[in-house]
Amino acid sequence: MEKNVVIELKHISVAFDGEQILKDINLTIRNGEFITFLGPSGCGKTTTLRIIAGFLEPDEGDVIFDGKKINGMPPHKRQVNTIFQRYALFPHLNVYENIAFGLKLKKLSKADIDKKVKEMLSLVNLKGFEHRNINSLSGGQQQRVSIARALAVDPKVLLLDEPLGALDLKLRKDMQVELKKIQQSLGITFIYVTHDQEEALSMSDTIVVMDGGKIQQIGSPTDAYNEPVNAFVADFIGESNIVDGIMKQDRVVEFSGHVFDCLDAGFDRDEKVDVVVRPEDVDVVPVEKGMLTGTVTGVTFKGVHYEIIVDINGFLWMIQSTDISYVGDEIGLYIEPDAIHIMKKSEYSGMFGDFSSFSEEFDELSDVNAGVESEGSDDD
Amino acid sequence: MTKSRSVEVGSKKVNLIPFSGWMVVFVLIPIALVVYYAFTGVDGFTLTNLKWIWVYRDTLWLSVWLSVIATVICLLLAYPVAYMISRAGEKMQRNATLFIMLPMWMNFLVRTYAWMTILENNGLVNNALRGIFGEDFAGLNMINNHGAIVLGMVYNYLPYMILPIYTALTKIDNSLIEAARDLGSGAVQVFRRIVLPLSVPGIISGITMVFIPSISTFIISKILGGGKDFLIGDLIEDYFLGNSGVVNYNIGAALSLVIMVMILLATYLMNRFDKDAKTSGGGIL
Amino acid sequence: MKTAGKIFNALIFIFLYAPIFVVVFFSFNSGASRAVFDGFSLVHYQEMFEDELILSSLYYSLIIAVLSAVISTVIGTMAAMGINALKGWKKSVLLSVNNIPVVNPDIVTAISMMILFVFVLSKFHGMEMGFGTLLIAHITFNIPYVVLSVLPKLRGMDQNIYYAALDLGCPPLRSFIKVVIPQIMPGIVSGLIMAFTLSLDDFVISYFNSGATFQTLPITIYSMTKKPYDLKLNALSTLLFAVVLALMLIVNLRPDADKKAKRKGAAK
Repeated sequence: MEKNVVIELKHISVAFDGEQILKDINLTIRNGEFITFLGPSGCGKTTTLRIIAGFLEPDEGDVIFDGKKINGMPPHKRQVNTIFQRYALFPHLNVYENIAFGLKLKKLSKADIDKKVKEMLSLVNLKGFEHRNINSLSGGQQQRVSIARALAVDPKVLLLDEPLGALDLKLRKDMQVELKKIQQSLGITFIYVTHDQEEALSMSDTIVVMDGGKIQQIGSPTDAYNEPVNAFVADFIGESNIVDGIMKQDRVVEFSGHVFDCLDAGFDRDEKVDVVVRPEDVDVVPVEKGMLTGTVTGVTFKGVHYEIIVDINGFLWMIQSTDISYVGDEIGLYIEPDAIHIMKKSEYSGMFGDFSSFSEEFDELSDVNAGVESEGSDDD
Repeated sequence: MTKSRSVEVGSKKVNLIPFSGWMVVFVLIPIALVVYYAFTGVDGFTLTNLKWIWVYRDTLWLSVWLSVIATVICLLLAYPVAYMISRAGEKMQRNATLFIMLPMWMNFLVRTYAWMTILENNGLVNNALRGIFGEDFAGLNMINNHGAIVLGMVYNYLPYMILPIYTALTKIDNSLIEAARDLGSGAVQVFRRIVLPLSVPGIISGITMVFIPSISTFIISKILGGGKDFLIGDLIEDYFLGNSGVVNYNIGAALSLVIMVMILLATYLMNRFDKDAKTSGGGIL
Repeated sequence: MKTAGKIFNALIFIFLYAPIFVVVFFSFNSGASRAVFDGFSLVHYQEMFEDELILSSLYYSLIIAVLSAVISTVIGTMAAMGINALKGWKKSVLLSVNNIPVVNPDIVTAISMMILFVFVLSKFHGMEMGFGTLLIAHITFNIPYVVLSVLPKLRGMDQNIYYAALDLGCPPLRSFIKVVIPQIMPGIVSGLIMAFTLSLDDFVISYFNSGATFQTLPITIYSMTKKPYDLKLNALSTLLFAVVLALMLIVNLRPDADKKAKRKGAAK
């Protein structure tokens, strides 16, 4: 395991203008791993990336690359390369010259440069674009050139800073697949920064969920989704109902006025906890068979399923079901033990509320922030 | 698509009537008159006015030469200043650009006269030197020569070189510089391969903004050149206002035409140069 | 490297400000020499305020500057909107014509208009160059700068806001005044200020087009420099410079406060 490590961050802290941006970041990144820093605007993910790239020096802590401390090493000496948010292609150079830029600095022969550029162009499906002007390319094509330019210099690690943020949805999906393919075929480490949880789930080997300058959780996409460590992670990744509960004993929890069996253990008796139930894990049943009962206050058709908002003792739950219900219906809810996930109380407890209108507004607000971030670039 | 609909914003072509009329009467017709006068004499059409271009070839050559030197010096002084300002903090940048523009708010005749006070034989510099070397010190000959004219040009037009270069430099996206460093460029290479080529538009507009007023000045040469070195601007002034006794619009117009042609040519060459720099990938330097 | 840069900047700064320092310093000279300082006095300031010619030409300068700035801003703003709506060769022709007074040396612009004025006025007996010709000349070289400062604002504006106003039931002219004008206002204002200062500062074009009776301040200054140099000019220049400096300081202290507020908001 240790041998396979390419980058280690140890106790990294950074502050700008007295404001703490990163607090004691510790992270180990393995060779060939696709790792994603996921979090909302201002969580410190881009800052972490810039520290690895060498554009920013941490106030405290060490950056270790291949077992050697590289604090203070300038970016052009590091074996990591970056795909920038808006590509940062050189406007005075054409496609060929952009890709050849790093190779020329390595003083390779003309023939070698030529060979490598051709190889890169075919890797990103841009054969024949050598002499095109950068400004004549579409966003997707510019993105490919920037990938080719960074990969041409054979980095051990590729850093990608919200690389798909400026592309439209369809193109973004295609590029996700393509990036993953390129990463697997080259076998190098990708460190990917995004605020898009779907993107993170579908591409990554490991997800690092960040907020407030701290790492909240490190784990595989399935871990992050199924076993969130706190209310923040549960809310940020996927949809969730987060309710207050009390741990009666191991594998028994009480919430919403009912006692449930669950699979979690290791809490104190009567410890207050956060309970997460994913909307798709709740079954709608007749009232008499329900563990919980409530009134339907809203129904939205989403294609594969209906999204049903249910008022249970004043707390609004979201449930995804293929069976339709109608506003005003009394329905029963049934929750299997493996659908219940128990989390320790944290600073995020109670912050996300229920699915009342406030909750939707909150989601929209965080989307707005995300948009601002991809425009406002580096001061994440 | 929104662009084409913009035709309607601000209601139609009525807007263009005063402008077009004004520009035709007070810009195009006057220039046509200059051309007309340049090719006419008392007896109608003639090319004799053009012979004066040959007569005054030394003056023309001197004007070009001094303006070129002044422009080059401005460029050499302005680039480092513009570069350093563009790297400074936001507040510092604002203050620095303000400080560079501020001198232009004092009348340029008065400021140019102040240079006379500084440089002349009994001026501040020579008096200071006499204080050091004794009253017998003959004094440096710093005024009424070509050097003083160039100094006047550099002094008056330096801000016109600094500001466009500074603007071009601030327009360079910082991520381009980071990308270059990321791909293996050291500081020198970042400058040579990214910053310099991308600031070429600023350099070009700086050069035009210094060269054009330099080549057509008639005041600087009068005040600092001691009146003995006429530049082409002085000739034009004399032929139109008759300060040396002769009024001849025809010769004056012919000389003005020469300036216009030279500037047209220079602008054309500059644009070519700019385009070359863009298409050949900054291979100019 | 860093200290070398600082020294270089300091030298440039000295170069730019040495003459200004000299002008200010000698404006307080009790003697009449512009190179030998005899002692401190405000006598040149007093003389300046008693000089009819200086005061009248300052007044004329201001009148010409205000009138030419306002007229050229109206014509130039309309032109910018017209040009923005055009496409193809018509647009590039108009832009090229607009650029002629910008690119042409002042002396060429000046003599070309002078030829026109002399030619036209010679047809009318008893008319000569003066206020009218000067105003026309100033408007002519101001218009292009107004166009150039308004045009980018129009280009950067979302055209749909005008249609949004119409859509919401606002009549065209009112939509235009309420929605479009505020959007391009910064361009109009900077065009106006630029026109005003260019006009106030102009020497070359006024020199050829003002005639014998009507003098703006730069012309007066020039005519006074031809006689034995009078330190009144230093007093005048110092005073005007101080006014500009004060205005700059006031204008520049304000956006600083704005910026701070903005940064605080962004930090959230």
